[in-house]
Amino acid sequence: MSATCEFTLAELMIVAASEAWRGDGEVIASGLGVIPRLGASLAKLTHSPQLLMTDSEAFLVEEPVPLGPRDGHQPRYSGYMSFERVFECVWGGRRHAMIGPTQIDRWGQTNLSCIGDYRKPKSAILGVRGLPGNSINHLNSFFVPNHNTRVFVQGEVDMVSGVGFKAERWPDGVRRDLMDIRRVVTDLCTLDFDGPQRAAQVRTLHPGVSFDEVQDKTGFPLLKSPLLQETAHPSAEQLALIRRLDPHDYRAAAIKGNPPGIRSV
Amino acid sequence: MNKQLTAADAVAQLRDGMTIGFGGWGPRRKPMAIVREILRSPVKDLTVVAYGGPEVGMLCAAGKVRKLIFGFVTLDAIPLEPYYRKAREAGELELLELDEGMFQWGLRAAGMRLPFLPTRCGLATDVTALNPALKTVTSPYADGEVLLAMPALELDVAFLHVNVADRLGNCLVTGPDPYFDHLFARAAQQCFVSCERLEERLELDAGQARCNTFERYLVTGVVHAPLGAHPTSCPSDYGWDLQHLKAYVAGSQQEQGWQQYVGTYLAGGEQAYQDANGGVERMGALPLPVF
Repeated sequence: MSATCEFTLAELMIVAASEAWRGDGEVIASGLGVIPRLGASLAKLTHSPQLLMTDSEAFLVEEPVPLGPRDGHQPRYSGYMSFERVFECVWGGRRHAMIGPTQIDRWGQTNLSCIGDYRKPKSAILGVRGLPGNSINHLNSFFVPNHNTRVFVQGEVDMVSGVGFKAERWPDGVRRDLMDIRRVVTDLCTLDFDGPQRAAQVRTLHPGVSFDEVQDKTGFPLLKSPLLQETAHPSAEQLALIRRLDPHDYRAAAIKGNPPGIRSV
Repeated sequence: MNKQLTAADAVAQLRDGMTIGFGGWGPRRKPMAIVREILRSPVKDLTVVAYGGPEVGMLCAAGKVRKLIFGFVTLDAIPLEPYYRKAREAGELELLELDEGMFQWGLRAAGMRLPFLPTRCGLATDVTALNPALKTVTSPYADGEVLLAMPALELDVAFLHVNVADRLGNCLVTGPDPYFDHLFARAAQQCFVSCERLEERLELDAGQARCNTFERYLVTGVVHAPLGAHPTSCPSDYGWDLQHLKAYVAGSQQEQGWQQYVGTYLAGGEQAYQDANGGVERMGALPLPVF
């Protein structure tokens, strides 16, 4: 596409997030938070219409539900998905979730429980929630709105809530083949864990961001993906869909300062 | 048969050191009128089992929790529960932190009178590393897979809040998601249910009857508590009270904040509670949250 579109960093990240679900087929796409949810919705409306989605409460929808007040619009449901059924789906593996953990380590392990010593933590957060079960049963991606060394920690995450690729953590006889990590979308880049021995590697860099900057803000060594390129810019069609899915512009508050998608050096 | 009793009667069944479960999910359909009665009572040293919302924070603030069995504590619209955090960061609580799915699996095991149920959830994480009491089991079949043996979460008492009940203990949950209340009911020795509307005897059509998610033989007592989930939501009747929750969170940042909450909202009983929250008309009209 030759026309230059103006877009925000949040919109670039929504498009990058949508790429995480490409080719997944008939699975539940769960995007938790504004950008992941818009990414999943965009994926369903563009390259991956087979995806299943919910209204973020208890019903399945074939038309992704726009964020926020609906001005009287009543979504139409195609099925039912109570929390109980979500667990049945999770344990059967037919789901790909994108959530925002508080910490991520070099092994792809994630933390949502607490920062610091477990018994007397510096900061208690939410609790492990569904991370242990999600991470061992189905495909997961992660979202990081502020890429820094407090999120991408040097050692192991403070409380391993979600499983990763650290062999010592896996007891003999436990099945490891049901889990995988697809993508991490941050405000600087996208990462995957497809390097040698599942090492983390930078897959795309957002416009105006260098590999060195990403490395400086990451607590562990990163590799360059053989596929390394600039993160794809949103197309006019994608931007129009994003505006339709987010009519109240919640995405403007999703990244601090709502910076433009192309950063001036 | 008439199982109706008061919230105070139900809470009088509690003893120090009991394991008690709360239905609902985060700030959704929590039996808060009963929680307020527990807060007014002298009972202590409780083991609290919950998909935690403000009931966990309040019981922590009141110093009634010895041990917490949980997957999270949150107010949803306000992600972090302030009094849970304080208790947690002070190192005051004994903990069994579980994956959300493991948690319902443990309730299910208790309800089925099984010692455990196998799952993969929790393996290769600190959920198991921090809780050596959680054991693994090896599949006796050819696969030989090693699984976590999630122990039964047996409850002395479960408290639930539903939309409709009758004096026999038949209950209806009319909101879109029944959460795991049925599993709490099955896992408990005694189960007390508070309700928005109490009827003599339910006489339903087939569609309405599908809102019944557990049998009345599981229900020990029924408490008529209109607006009894406030400040949490009670779909399809009313939404959570964000104004109340915001004030609750703001108070937690102040010296004597909890004591002020107790004075304003708990000291005077349910009628005074409703008056302090703008009355039944306002409370019953709180809009359901849009997700």
